[in-house]
Amino acid sequence: MKSLAELEAIRKATLSRINLRKEEKGETTRVVIGMATCGIAAGARPVMLAFMDEIEKRKLNHVTVSQTGCIGMCRLEPMVDVILPGKEKVTYVHVKPEMVPRIVAEHVVNGRPVEEYTIGAAEKN
Amino acid sequence: MKEISLHLLDIVQNSVKAGAAHVDIRFHLGADGILEMGVKDDGCGMSPDFLARVRSPFTTTRTTRKVGLGIPLLMQNAMQSGGRVDIESEEGVGTEIVAYFVTGSIDCLPLGDLPSTMASIIMGSPDNPEFSLRCSSPGGEMSFSTEEIRPLLEGVSLAEPSVVQWIRESLDEEIQPILGGIMK
Repeated sequence: MKSLAELEAIRKATLSRINLRKEEKGETTRVVIGMATCGIAAGARPVMLAFMDEIEKRKLNHVTVSQTGCIGMCRLEPMVDVILPGKEKVTYVHVKPEMVPRIVAEHVVNGRPVEEYTIGAAEKN
Repeated sequence: MKEISLHLLDIVQNSVKAGAAHVDIRFHLGADGILEMGVKDDGCGMSPDFLARVRSPFTTTRTTRKVGLGIPLLMQNAMQSGGRVDIESEEGVGTEIVAYFVTGSIDCLPLGDLPSTMASIIMGSPDNPEFSLRCSSPGGEMSFSTEEIRPLLEGVSLAEPSVVQWIRESLDEEIQPILGGIMK
């Protein structure tokens, strides 16, 4: 491996962020991405990595990104659930990497779901 | 799927669900242009009966729906290039699936973004199993394993965004000279 020294630096920086997270004791916000065959084929991988990049860029300590399987609405993939503590789950559908910065800024950070990307808006038509 | 590596992301989930402790992934590009993608796990394995049916799109272990397209789609894309898929499995021992792609064929998918795929795989199952990756071609070889970096991280999860980013970037640097020619 080329950059194990770099990894050591990352470990230190990340540890201090983890400690900060513990001190803040805030509840975590969860971002869950559908990564079954249908999600992957529809483009879930770049979407997930876009969330990771955005969270890393904004140093959002209280946000976790995880993966889930197929929930049976394959035609709406890639699907992403955003669950703010104490709030109801919001499901985004047909998510593209370009949509991620806005979802993070408006919803994850400021608590206002991006209505036009949600399953409610998509299924109205 | 648009990339061979997306098939990897998909079928590795089978190994994870099989309760594997180790999943060994390998890519070998021969001088003849044949790309071999192998995934070997020490999960629960399949019964001879299930193995005989596993290539069917109507075979799945999930109970919510009666279709499972991971292996059939992989077979479709391998065979479309002139290649094939071999599956060996033994109950209680594990499973090995090897897909061959003829990269010179116009119908062959590109390998795609393997570094991002590996990062996604590891991020999806950061605690276990341990994943290893070996890539080789006439251009050289590389290897990587989560077992190798886990002790260096001492309690920092492999799913931390900063670690995921490091995995992507360092794998990209190592894989490009070996398989860069078939990634796009």
